[in-house]
Amino acid sequence: MNSSAATSPVLDALPEVKPDRLPLLLLPVLALVALPLTGSFSTWVTLTFAGLAMGMIIFIIASGLTLVFGLMDVLNFGHGVFITLGAFLATSVFGRMSGWAESDSLYRNLVAMLPAMLVAMAVTGVVGFAFERLIIRPVYGQPLKQIMITMGGMIVGVELIKVFWGAQAIPLPLPTAFRGSLLFGEAAVEKYRLVAVLVGLTVFAAMHWVLSRTKVGLLIRAGVQDREMVESLGYRIGRLFVGVFIAGSALAGLGGVMWGLYQQIVTPEMGSQVNVLLFIVIIIGGMGSVGGCFIGALLVGLVSNYTGFLAPKVALFSNILLMVIVLLWRPRGLYSVGNR
Amino acid sequence: MVHHLFSGDFPRSRVLLVVLLAIVLGLVLTPFAFPGAKALNVAAKICIFIVLVSSFDLLLGYTGIVSFAHTMFFGIGAYGVAIALTHMGPTWSAVAAGIGAALVLSLALSLVIGLFSLRVKALFYAMITLAVAAAFQTLASQLSDLTGGEDGLTFRVPEMLSPGFMLSQHPFLGVSLDGRLISFYLLVTVTMVLFLIMLRIVNSPFGRVLQAIRENEFRAEALGYRTVIYRTWSNMLSAVFATLAGALLALWLRYNGPDTSLSFEIMIDILLMVVIGGMGTLYGSVVGATLFIITQNYLQDLMKVASNAANGIPLLRDLVSPDRWLLWLGILFVLSVYRFPAGIVGKLRAKALRPS
Repeated sequence: MNSSAATSPVLDALPEVKPDRLPLLLLPVLALVALPLTGSFSTWVTLTFAGLAMGMIIFIIASGLTLVFGLMDVLNFGHGVFITLGAFLATSVFGRMSGWAESDSLYRNLVAMLPAMLVAMAVTGVVGFAFERLIIRPVYGQPLKQIMITMGGMIVGVELIKVFWGAQAIPLPLPTAFRGSLLFGEAAVEKYRLVAVLVGLTVFAAMHWVLSRTKVGLLIRAGVQDREMVESLGYRIGRLFVGVFIAGSALAGLGGVMWGLYQQIVTPEMGSQVNVLLFIVIIIGGMGSVGGCFIGALLVGLVSNYTGFLAPKVALFSNILLMVIVLLWRPRGLYSVGNR
Repeated sequence: MVHHLFSGDFPRSRVLLVVLLAIVLGLVLTPFAFPGAKALNVAAKICIFIVLVSSFDLLLGYTGIVSFAHTMFFGIGAYGVAIALTHMGPTWSAVAAGIGAALVLSLALSLVIGLFSLRVKALFYAMITLAVAAAFQTLASQLSDLTGGEDGLTFRVPEMLSPGFMLSQHPFLGVSLDGRLISFYLLVTVTMVLFLIMLRIVNSPFGRVLQAIRENEFRAEALGYRTVIYRTWSNMLSAVFATLAGALLALWLRYNGPDTSLSFEIMIDILLMVVIGGMGTLYGSVVGATLFIITQNYLQDLMKVASNAANGIPLLRDLVSPDRWLLWLGILFVLSVYRFPAGIVGKLRAKALRPS
């Protein structure tokens, strides 16, 4: 007799659910398979880090999208516009603080980078609130209209971005301290990729904590599983959804800053170009699952970097191939949520 | 006779009738009424997009399927003609072979996509087609031996359609009777025929079933219609017409590349045209395509004037700058989806029904 059984006999009566850890194995297996193919260990380290960095950035962007879908069955085709907005805001902030970003000290660079991220998140969050109110609110439960209206929202959003920042591409140079690479033995790892991995892990940890340790997170997870049940227990899922939408938009803005710095150039079309990739990631992960989205994003990042090195022609289609393979194994994505 | 020609589906609104007559007359008389290469090109583009948008309406407006792979079929048609004419020389048999091969490929692809993915929900279908279309565009720009890659293909069309060909040395009503004029009238004729065929399809019993599926799929299934089969048919038919529209585009431009027929921007344009004109009625496609393309080509001139007038006011100047024409059409699109989902044509018809 242990203590938990004595305090909660109800919980004891429930059969224990075995956590599904099989998809977690995919990442190390993939990395190990790629190791002999790439030839040298140092190249492999470089590629793996590049893949992880790319995957982390994609995860930051896609996590909001998958939660919004899971909670309300709303698939936002205009999610890309928040990425673009975030990246353009970063160019403006960096432009104001160019002295700090160009400076040699790491501390000053960080001071330039943090406000860029915070401003991007704050503004995209507010815009996300307006987007939800104006664009998505009137068409709940009408998938056809939702697809069209969010698409329309993206067109208008991208055009408005062009009004403020112009239609041409704007360079977004990395702060000085993050340029160049670190050498681990013979393997060169770009400093910025380490930063991206760190930021990605932080976001994932924070999200995991909120979802599994707080009441709001509990409600969100319950809402994703069964919206009506949560509503009938007296919680306003509409408000919860607005909150999740704002958070998702803010994360997309943060991801936009990271993505813009990763490519070091910002264009008004960058958001819509990433859109397809995002859909692939959330389909692979299982629509609505944050954990699946995390694994899916890392898989996509790793596969596209490995194939980009091994077979550049194949790399252009690697994401779709990956999606097909995963769906053949698990037709609803790695972790299927609720009855989707 | 007229009843048969229009399959009993008349405009049903006096204003709409006038608008449609004006569009048809305007298109037919373009070479005589509006001289210049630009006007002719705009009119030709309107014709091509009437076919393309109507075929998309078959899918979106009549069956209620959102597909983002429509430009893929448009591109297949255009590439079919372009590749055949490049490799087989400028003959009519090459045109026929190109269109034939393109149709076979389109049918096969639309069948596969339809059977595999029309069973899933609308959202998934939209996402899957988005991914497939992106992959196809990448494929087309990668197979540069066949498709000319990013540069595309420039080719010669059959003698009769090329600008050098002269039907008569004497100009007729001030317009020289060259190959360009022949291509234009060929285009107009084919457009009208294809449009009337589509009108026939949507007003047939088959078309009624499609509309029933759009309204309530579950009920249609319960009435004994195999909805997956009907949806796949609708997918294939719309692919066929999109392919033909692509072939017309290639014949008119004498060029084809990824940006002219496959790009996602065109997909967005088609979506805007269908919704603004009116979903679920083919006349809406005509109105939408005409309005959109005229706006695309001439609104910029108007906005230039407005932009000059608002020169002193910083933000307003940028908002009405000629490059931002899509912004205003985008806003119109969003408003149409909310306020009048049946589009311009639906609005006009509703007005005609109301006793005044």
